[in-house]
Amino acid sequence: MPRFFKEGKLPFSPWHLLLMPLALIFVLPLVQMLLTSFMSSAEINQFPPKLIPTSLHLEGYRHLFSETPALRWFVNTVIVSSIAVVSHLALCSMAGYGFARLKFAGRGIAFVLILATVMIPIQLLMIPTYLMFARIGIVDTLAAAYVPWLASAFGIFLMRQFFLGLPAELEEAALIDGAGQWRTFRSIVLPLAKPALTTLAIITLLWSWNDLLWPLVAISDDHRFTLQVGLANFQGMRRTEWSQLMAGNVLATMPLILAFLFAQRKFIATMTFTGIKG
Amino acid sequence: MALTFAATPRTQVASFKKGPRGRAARRNLTGWAFAGPATLIVIGLSIFPAVWAFFISRAKWNGIAPATQVGWRNYQLLVKDPDMIAATKHTLLLTALFVPGSIILGIVIAIALNQKIRLIGFYRTCIFVPYVASAAATGILAGFVFNPQFGVANDVLRHLGLPQQQFLENPHQAIYIICLIALWGEVGFTTVIYLAALQDIPRDLVEAARMDGASPWRVFRHVTLPELRPVTVFAAIWQTITAMQLFDLIYTTTRGGPLNSTQTIVYYIYELAFQTQRLGYGAAAAYLLFIVTLLLSLLVIWYSRRRGSEVF
Repeated sequence: MPRFFKEGKLPFSPWHLLLMPLALIFVLPLVQMLLTSFMSSAEINQFPPKLIPTSLHLEGYRHLFSETPALRWFVNTVIVSSIAVVSHLALCSMAGYGFARLKFAGRGIAFVLILATVMIPIQLLMIPTYLMFARIGIVDTLAAAYVPWLASAFGIFLMRQFFLGLPAELEEAALIDGAGQWRTFRSIVLPLAKPALTTLAIITLLWSWNDLLWPLVAISDDHRFTLQVGLANFQGMRRTEWSQLMAGNVLATMPLILAFLFAQRKFIATMTFTGIKG
Repeated sequence: MALTFAATPRTQVASFKKGPRGRAARRNLTGWAFAGPATLIVIGLSIFPAVWAFFISRAKWNGIAPATQVGWRNYQLLVKDPDMIAATKHTLLLTALFVPGSIILGIVIAIALNQKIRLIGFYRTCIFVPYVASAAATGILAGFVFNPQFGVANDVLRHLGLPQQQFLENPHQAIYIICLIALWGEVGFTTVIYLAALQDIPRDLVEAARMDGASPWRVFRHVTLPELRPVTVFAAIWQTITAMQLFDLIYTTTRGGPLNSTQTIVYYIYELAFQTQRLGYGAAAAYLLFIVTLLLSLLVIWYSRRRGSEVF
């Protein structure tokens, strides 16, 4: 890498002068969110703002849970995201394997159609999808939120790319030994696909957990909301209840932030992969 | 739907002629057993609704009363609709600020994070964390930080001796603040892909240029930047799509206000279809959005091809 500055004048690398303020700008708002969720309303509504709460106030969380079904929203989000991840792993790895290894009539056209769908924006799909779901009677149920997440073109593509890069000898040996296609897939191929499956799981978790527009459109019963929808609507009604809003925000973001902190390397690999293969 | 596809292209079937007919049928069955479920879901939830959306876009319909066919009238009205024109302007302004912003910031931060200095792990973690937070939560948090009465942003301005601002409540500032918030949430992504690309640049290339006496700036300009071009093309397209489809942040900050100053195409479509039940008109607006996004992406690809970069 090029060095922009000659070292030696400062006791530390000049890059710190850029990185330290940047790092703080990126992380401090989240820290403030966490700290504010433990403040009383009186503490929040003052200027200049305080960063550290005087003592641990839990009223934000208490009011949030008593005035909204936030716990229900949390459970709903966990259900939707879990179904999304499990289904993505199962269906997209199967399809990816099918498109990479198996020869069958219609494979080419089906794959081209799947690739073409990547360009279609959700905004174009939401009106007819809503009407379609209304007709089969799943609007306003959790199914409306998770059915679009059962599989995705991105997932199929990701898994197919991975399997194309995998040497086929092992599978061929297993097939010759008389293992069926399904058994070969289950016991030989899938264990080798762990890195790709991890990437797919993380990206599906991120996207499905954070999704707002579609569940907002598809669900209007507030007991079936996901966290993002519930919070967005709650915020629309109670613009100034900051301790409750921040408590809700903590609930909505902390699970993923904690997962990120614990598995940072895998998350970053996932983001990189999205960028390179996406 | 799987059955229709299984029966279609003759050329493909011909290549399976090895062995008896039964074996080909079995092979097709196995193939579709693997690929069918996901294919059915993806195509059933995108190609089929996309085609349906086109028919809806040529009708006047509130979802309840029978639809009236109006041909291209929705599209004709849309291109003259002052709200649509304003929404398009806001969307393009947002895109024009967000795409270069996230690319330049991404490159700069990635170069900084690629240095071998202390605390680098801490910096990386801090800079990537916002990307994991949902845009909805980010919007709610931004409403707090940029609150005109007691937000931190005004406190910072006060310390700097600058006048207090209304931020999201000022129609002249709101869209720029939203762009700033979007950058805060998304720069982690461009940074990560640039960082990966930087680490892929062969060391010898940079070393050789430096041995030849090139200044750090010239090395960056003539060695590093060209090596990053494929990533830049991808980032430009991906971020264009992100900016054109920005909804969550606007929904949880301004809801299109104040005075419609942050009304984007996506927000307008949402209002048309799900607040005022103008399904046909909303679908037509969605098709226009699709076409504009597609054209912008093609523009990026065309421009990058002309500059001699072969990524697509």
